[in-house]
Amino acid sequence: MKAGLSIEGLRVVYDDFIAVDDVSMRVEPGESFGIVGESGSGKSTVLRAVCGLAPRTAGTVSLIGAAGLPEPGTKAYRRTLQMVFQDPYGSLHPRQTVDRILAEPLAIHDIGDAEARIERALDEVGLGSGFRFRYPHQLSGGQRQRVAIARALILEPQILLLDEPTSALDASVQAEVLNLLEDMRRRHGLTFVMVSHDLAVVTHMCERLMVMQRGRRVEELSSADLARRHVSDPYTKRLMEASEGFRRGA
Amino acid sequence: MNEASRRSDLLVVDDLRVAFPDRDGGMTEAVRGVSFTLGRERLGIVGESGSGKSQTGRAILGLTAPEGRVTARRLAFDGIDLMTCPPKQRRALRGGRIAMVLQDPKFSLNPVMTIGDQIVETLDAHARVSRREGRERALETLRQVQIDDPQRMFDLYPHEVSGGMGQRAMIAMMLIAQPDLLIADEPTSALDVTVQLQVLAILDRLVAERGMGLIFISHDLRLVSTFCDRILVMYAGRIVEEVSAGRLHEAKHPYTRGLVNCLPRLGEDRHPLPTLDRRPEWAS
Repeated sequence: MKAGLSIEGLRVVYDDFIAVDDVSMRVEPGESFGIVGESGSGKSTVLRAVCGLAPRTAGTVSLIGAAGLPEPGTKAYRRTLQMVFQDPYGSLHPRQTVDRILAEPLAIHDIGDAEARIERALDEVGLGSGFRFRYPHQLSGGQRQRVAIARALILEPQILLLDEPTSALDASVQAEVLNLLEDMRRRHGLTFVMVSHDLAVVTHMCERLMVMQRGRRVEELSSADLARRHVSDPYTKRLMEASEGFRRGA
Repeated sequence: MNEASRRSDLLVVDDLRVAFPDRDGGMTEAVRGVSFTLGRERLGIVGESGSGKSQTGRAILGLTAPEGRVTARRLAFDGIDLMTCPPKQRRALRGGRIAMVLQDPKFSLNPVMTIGDQIVETLDAHARVSRREGRERALETLRQVQIDDPQRMFDLYPHEVSGGMGQRAMIAMMLIAQPDLLIADEPTSALDVTVQLQVLAILDRLVAERGMGLIFISHDLRLVSTFCDRILVMYAGRIVEEVSAGRLHEAKHPYTRGLVNCLPRLGEDRHPLPTLDRRPEWAS
């Protein structure tokens, strides 16, 4: 049962700071959608509000695509939708082995057959069972991010929320992880919502994207338009030019 | 920049090696025989984590961790042999004629000192100035890094300013002693892309106006190739290739080519992305 995601009028307020202001977006089942912006634009907060890690002040979040999809806040919802965080050094428990890290979501959701599932999950992300009883500090950044992806996929979710999944990695490792994510998406028919500050990465991974600035939506466009540089908003244009590197006298 | 001012003897690095003790009681070399010369130009050092690029920069400044061992056939700055010169002279050079900008202003500025006081402190360490002159020169330097309201900035603490402003303050701090060589280790990696370019434009102008030499250490090949005159590509503690920045696409070493190719680019449709097939012989 494929699921998409619909957000309407989302608003996240911390005390008197408006982190996300009236953001709406619709991600069709099986689609890959990107959110681009600089620090403080609210892009990560949107993801965190979707999975319940940030308080929703107003607006609605719902799964779309079929009847009977779970409501936000329920355990079934959290299984349908999983997140991969930016920093693979901070998002894995330093005193737990890979085995225990992967066993925890299974225990929480009362899923049996842990042994076989852990083996399979590690296999899928290209780590193999040799990594099963290692600690995070014994792994490289790329390997850690593979563990984080395995931890998200072990619950067989429909939607994967990716918060800058490769920005802490070296360029060559980034390519490997992006390829792995695309492969997983194809194999499991996943829906992606990917947040990044890197326009090139987002257009590579996503079909459509939304540009955010200071908590608000600037514009929504297709990656094809961006690739052809058909951009209307001046801020998006500036981001696009900046992503091409330094220009003397510009 | 004309050829005469580009003299390549500002810095001479010949067979630089930096080694650290490993767990088995031996030494592991992080930098394994790096050689280059630098004039008053913008030199980029590019590599991935663990390539030895930062250790190269730190060794030039004499900031290698105490347990590390630095050796070189020759390491000379403007004719001064850095390997044999007395510590006092080395200290005077550091921050004075050779300065360094670090990656993240959040962690490299003193959190309990105002930005202005930190800038004046650098000056005090290298020149004899009155309080008033110190303040005036700090304000002037803040103006040079395009801070609109230097008076206000002078009295702020690091946590009160944004990353881009903090990084400008750090550059101001490094420039106030008027160095001849600036080593910038990932100076813009913690910044947003649009801010990144503003900070680079400031660095670029200062290098051109003052005729400084600049070593720009970064993992970002795209950024370095658009900013520097030439690039040294490091892998496993060695320079595997030197390319002039405009000719990156003509790079010959498979590692450099791999690095160029594995980046997603706007307007290109390559699925899957080419990945690097690391060869053991690159490290030998």
